[in-house]
Amino acid sequence: MIIEELIEYAEKLNLREKKGKHEIKVCSAAGCLSLKSEAVTEELRKKIAELGLEEECSIKPVGCLGLCSKGPLVTIDKDNKVYQEVKAEQASEIIEKLKIEPEKESDHFFTRQQKIVLENSGQVDPEKIQDYILRDGYKALHEVLELTPQEVIDEITLSGLRGRGGAGYPTGLKWSTVAKTGKVKKYVICNADEGDPGAFMDRSVLEGDPHRVLEGMAIAAYAVGADEGYIYCRAEYPLAIKRLKNAIKQAERAGVMGKNIFGTTFTFTVDLRIGAGAFVCGEETALIASIEGKRGQPRPRPPYPAEVGLWGSPTLINNVETYANIAPIIRNGGEWYSAIGTEKSKGTKVFALAGKIQNTGLIEVPMGISLREVIFDIGGGIPDGKKFKAVQTGGPSGGCIPEQFLDNPIDYESLSKLGSIMGSGGMIIMDETSCMVDVAKYFLDFTKDESCGKCVPCRVGTVQLYNILDRISKGEGTMEDLYELEDLCDLVKNTSLCGLGQAAPNPVLSTLQYFRDEYVAHIIDKKCPAGVCKIHEHAGKKKSEVME
Amino acid sequence: MVTPGKKVKTFTIDGKDVSGTEDQTVIEVCRENNIEIPTLCHLDGLTEVGACRLCLVEIKGSNKLLPACVTKVAEGMEVLTASDRLKNYRIKILELFFSERNHICSVCVSNGICELQNLGQKLGMTHVHYPYLFPKVNVDASHERFVLDHNRCILCTRCVRVCDEIEGAHTWDIMGRGIESMVITDLNKPWGDSDSCTSCGKCIAVCPTGALVEKYKNAVDKTSKYKKDKLKFLPYLTTMREVKNEQS
Amino acid sequence: MSKVSEDIINNKADDNTTSAKVKAATVWLDGCSGCHMSFLDMDERIIELLQKVDLCYSPLVDHKDFPDMVDLTLVEGAVSSHEDLEKIKKVREHTKILVSLGDCAVTANVPSMRNPFGVKAIMNHAYVETAVTKDIIPNEVVPELFEYSRPVHNFVKVDLFLQGCPPPADAIYFLLTELLEGRMPDLTKVSRLGK
Repeated sequence: MIIEELIEYAEKLNLREKKGKHEIKVCSAAGCLSLKSEAVTEELRKKIAELGLEEECSIKPVGCLGLCSKGPLVTIDKDNKVYQEVKAEQASEIIEKLKIEPEKESDHFFTRQQKIVLENSGQVDPEKIQDYILRDGYKALHEVLELTPQEVIDEITLSGLRGRGGAGYPTGLKWSTVAKTGKVKKYVICNADEGDPGAFMDRSVLEGDPHRVLEGMAIAAYAVGADEGYIYCRAEYPLAIKRLKNAIKQAERAGVMGKNIFGTTFTFTVDLRIGAGAFVCGEETALIASIEGKRGQPRPRPPYPAEVGLWGSPTLINNVETYANIAPIIRNGGEWYSAIGTEKSKGTKVFALAGKIQNTGLIEVPMGISLREVIFDIGGGIPDGKKFKAVQTGGPSGGCIPEQFLDNPIDYESLSKLGSIMGSGGMIIMDETSCMVDVAKYFLDFTKDESCGKCVPCRVGTVQLYNILDRISKGEGTMEDLYELEDLCDLVKNTSLCGLGQAAPNPVLSTLQYFRDEYVAHIIDKKCPAGVCKIHEHAGKKKSEVME
Repeated sequence: MVTPGKKVKTFTIDGKDVSGTEDQTVIEVCRENNIEIPTLCHLDGLTEVGACRLCLVEIKGSNKLLPACVTKVAEGMEVLTASDRLKNYRIKILELFFSERNHICSVCVSNGICELQNLGQKLGMTHVHYPYLFPKVNVDASHERFVLDHNRCILCTRCVRVCDEIEGAHTWDIMGRGIESMVITDLNKPWGDSDSCTSCGKCIAVCPTGALVEKYKNAVDKTSKYKKDKLKFLPYLTTMREVKNEQS
Repeated sequence: MSKVSEDIINNKADDNTTSAKVKAATVWLDGCSGCHMSFLDMDERIIELLQKVDLCYSPLVDHKDFPDMVDLTLVEGAVSSHEDLEKIKKVREHTKILVSLGDCAVTANVPSMRNPFGVKAIMNHAYVETAVTKDIIPNEVVPELFEYSRPVHNFVKVDLFLQGCPPPADAIYFLLTELLEGRMPDLTKVSRLGK
């Protein structure tokens, strides 16, 4: 099969549906669905039928449009404007818009972004492969099959793409390591076990544009010499799972997945594995153990999965967003990609804005953009005139960055210099009403519950850390506790077996570094400056004193 | 032991020149050279899990500490096994073990032959400065001959591995996660009701503490046939198995 | 640590005019008195020690109040009640070198065995469920128990830890003679947890 045939196939599928001159796109991602976007679709459909406008316009459910806090979102192709907080009653109003000349879009939220990973999100119907194919889908895979695997890896290396799961390992290097293991059985795995609190980047990609991930995986499989792949998706994403299953089926039917892809000898099948609610399974060795049907626990590395992975075979494991970047890199060339971003961090990054911010939602920005631009220009700043306090990046493995570093660029190196990490892209914004001791306690509560229990520094150390933080937050801490916190953080960080434990102290260390005064206020003044922690008025006093 | 046909690597441990074959781990070479490395989860003859973190060593050029039990030797590597930093970490790790469950040595049947207690002594742990957690955990005495006391369990998983890998019964496993993790028999059935347990006693023999013991017997009691020679019988089994594999 | 041992030496020098003896005390919190028995097991060596040591306060001697300041206090037992806590706080304030003597002081040992069950449950078990005479939980004269029995160093700073259940008499003798010589002893070689 050649690419033209594939497009023909897509067009044929497309013809089966009635299409109007205009398209009204209604967001059907999880956020908008929960805000009842389906009712809007229904009403629109009804109104169109009532007005007899079937020839004029049709409706298309699409993936995430980004501005989740303002959902349900609707966009029409005429003015390319995103209508926010749309109610079912507004259906006719929107249909009216199709008749008048469009105004110009000027919302920073949309204009400041640069979309590569999310280029199709909000444009294609995630449940229809033809939509994806007609927007250059599977073109990259077709191109790749005419290259040698080494040429593919060279292109990825040239792009400078780094792993989007958090650690930022150079993708090209990882691929070439797996490729070099010789002619043996190999696997590619897509890590879709997104578990950081406040992170929903991968979810939106899977829900809004699942074929992009499949195409990326297939290209990777070709490059490293694998013929089998697994997507490990957390069970908490039922919509993503449904759409992935659907996408795999469609791709197999279209001949872009399965045996003899595009009529070549290249074979690649993908299977889906559902997580069982353990955060640690986002760690690659634990994830592999889980796919193998074992208890999801990490093992010491080396050997890395690139050498000894799934069922002992060399395994390439990348994150959803990493795979989502592959097709555009192949289509436009590695050089194109490497022109975006900073010297060491190339391309764009998807972030999930959450917490005390005006525009909660999903954004994609070039690397190197400042935190201030993301939070204030795109994010719209802090609601209710409150003062910004800190931004937490990287989830439970990351740290809190205070105001004085807002103008720092977002890239792997500069974030880690600030004691945080890029992470998978969760960004939680905190204002003056957030207590940093409470934030640290929240994350330790999370990590202690999610520790797998295999190694003692993480299993017991996180509990001891949590207990100290709990004591401080209740006004029962001492200044020695601060020393003990730092000492124990050092132990857990340096002696834990896997990344979960090694990174668990980061929220504590970074808040201690930048907000030590808040800890001291809890201990000495017995006060929570933000008014979050409930400190008993007799905290720290002897029982006898209280009785008097 | 250097085996023919394997590449030999030379390197240093604590400044001492040593050699090993490419498939050896740091801990093996350390033991050959009488360099002591504390460990609680490693046992010759069982697969490695790298979980107790006591055998962490420093390797020059790597900023990460690596577990000696799974780290393969490499040409020219410089291993440090007893730096002040490591000693400090080891004592604190031991303290975490002691703080986790109710290890009351004075009333424990393994008092005196317990690996955890011995390490505390050897590494100079004077006291546990972390607050004890005092969890309420049970004792399973339902088995006819053996007792499982969760109060003494350090989750080293030696029992899990010996039962699966040597006895082939896979009676033991781990349930729960984090601090709630527990060793269980079958699918968390009382041990006495276990269908898979063969009562072979290997788990008793490998347990480093007083978590798994023989009933009515003090572990130091000479009449107990378990808890003795635990470092010898597993390598013997492994060697026998290798001999058999070579023959077939 | 060495500062404290210097104190002992200095004390000896300072007090030349009045008493050259080192002032020592022992206290007994929540424990079985086994450590004190072990102390007595030093036998005739006690007489030798008393040449240099003045035992100012102890369950073994007849002083009612803790002295103003002593050089050394050995404390047996865990902290299990407010009474224990008040006592150990006072001792700490009036002691230069505080030694946790034995596993109960070091780890809370046997007294801590009630901790996982909670005070209510064990009181009920001891005074109601298994009562042979009258089933009343005592609430007068006896001090109210803390929810947890804890080691001494959880409440006050402890300078030295002598493990053992009980620590052997030889270990206690080693501890005392080393301190009298002005050295901070390494106690991990002479005693161990549980033995």
